[in-house]
Amino acid sequence: MVAGLFVGMVLGLQGYETLQRYGSESALGVMVALGLVRELGPVVAALLFASRAGSAMTAEIGLMRATEQISAMEMMAVNPIARIVAPRFWAGVISMPLLAALFSAVGVFGGYFVGVIQIGVDDGSFWAQMQAAVDFREDILNGVIKSVVFGTVVTVIALFEGYDAPPTAEGVSGATTRTVVTSSLAILMLDFVLTAIMFRGN
Amino acid sequence: MSLSNLVEIRDLNFAYDKRPVLEGINMTFPKGKLIAIMGLSGCGKTTLLRHIGGALKPTRGYVKVDGQIIHELDQEGLYRMRRKMGMLFQFGALFTDMSVYENVAFQMREHTNLPEEIIHDLVLMKLHAVGLRSTHSLMPSELSGGMARRVALARAVALDPMLMMYDEPFAGLDPISLTVVGDLIRRLNDALGATSIVVTHDVQESMKIVDYVYFMANGVIVAEGTPDQIRASDRDFVHQFVHGEMDGPVPFHYPGGDYRQDLNLRT
Repeated sequence: MVAGLFVGMVLGLQGYETLQRYGSESALGVMVALGLVRELGPVVAALLFASRAGSAMTAEIGLMRATEQISAMEMMAVNPIARIVAPRFWAGVISMPLLAALFSAVGVFGGYFVGVIQIGVDDGSFWAQMQAAVDFREDILNGVIKSVVFGTVVTVIALFEGYDAPPTAEGVSGATTRTVVTSSLAILMLDFVLTAIMFRGN
Repeated sequence: MSLSNLVEIRDLNFAYDKRPVLEGINMTFPKGKLIAIMGLSGCGKTTLLRHIGGALKPTRGYVKVDGQIIHELDQEGLYRMRRKMGMLFQFGALFTDMSVYENVAFQMREHTNLPEEIIHDLVLMKLHAVGLRSTHSLMPSELSGGMARRVALARAVALDPMLMMYDEPFAGLDPISLTVVGDLIRRLNDALGATSIVVTHDVQESMKIVDYVYFMANGVIVAEGTPDQIRASDRDFVHQFVHGEMDGPVPFHYPGGDYRQDLNLRT
């Protein structure tokens, strides 16, 4: 939330600086909204998600392994994949698009705050141009697809690292680090691939 | 095999990669008995337990529980078998995200369709049996080590198993908790009519409660007998272990090169 607000505010500032040179500061709303919905919303939200929820999942499952809770569950004839891993997987996949949407929405208000209230871009053109330029299928749906993909990838990496962690303090901390590093790289790389497929400059 | 043996282990061999851990183990666990497996740390005791629970596959030989060979069961058969087993892990392994009550109720919820009132009564009865009925609303992190072990014990007997396994139940307990846990293991075994296997290196405590002892060293059985026979044993290794002597067949010094050479002394 806070991160989304600040990213939106920065977009508002930087966007205004650039756009005013060409006299098109009324397009600020479009720039902020497209930037957030297509790119920054899913990507930054996923990066935050990886370092916050992903690392927590890895550490939690790694510690369950280290304290024999997973072995205990197996000995009780309960499948730990079904009982521990699956619910966390769905939680991650479902919550990621919601977080990205929230991030984008708050970011747009951040841009509005800086652009319209502070700098004084026209209120009406900010919203009207945004409404006209942002397409539901082209922009919003693609952003949602991105966030679903990122959510799946981050959650799978986090769960695998946790389940696979050596059952020691060192092993769990190493696995947590790997979760954040691997999933951040995966997010950035996949973002390029998905963007290349989705938006071909038309 | 005779029907009075719940667990039979025949010629069990197991190796991690190329390093042998268990070699030619033969053991018999008659129904209703409380049996200890003793030995030094790292002699393969826990590995043996994991074979009985079906977590590891032997390289040769077999473990038979209730007439069925464990490593030949499929996933479903193994899970069905494990419902009849209870296991107490070394440090309890309570689920840290659930209360004491939910920990004990866990298996009842997973494996039975009992209504909530009956689960409530059963959980309180199990907790009462270990003397911790009024801790049911606490979280595992609020319990002392000895109490956590007793809650884990209540959880392990939640479904009245026919076979109980204890992995170092006495490790890290104070003298009072030690006696309490030892006494509970014996009483629960007799009350449930179960068969219990205790893996431990606590000689004094376990000798008081068990019916029979297997002694392991370096993956083989070196001695077996009733506690009295073990105490009277004249074998060097057993004597050193039972009486906790510092030097003997198990040397104080880890084997290595010549001491004088390591200190760079000229001889």
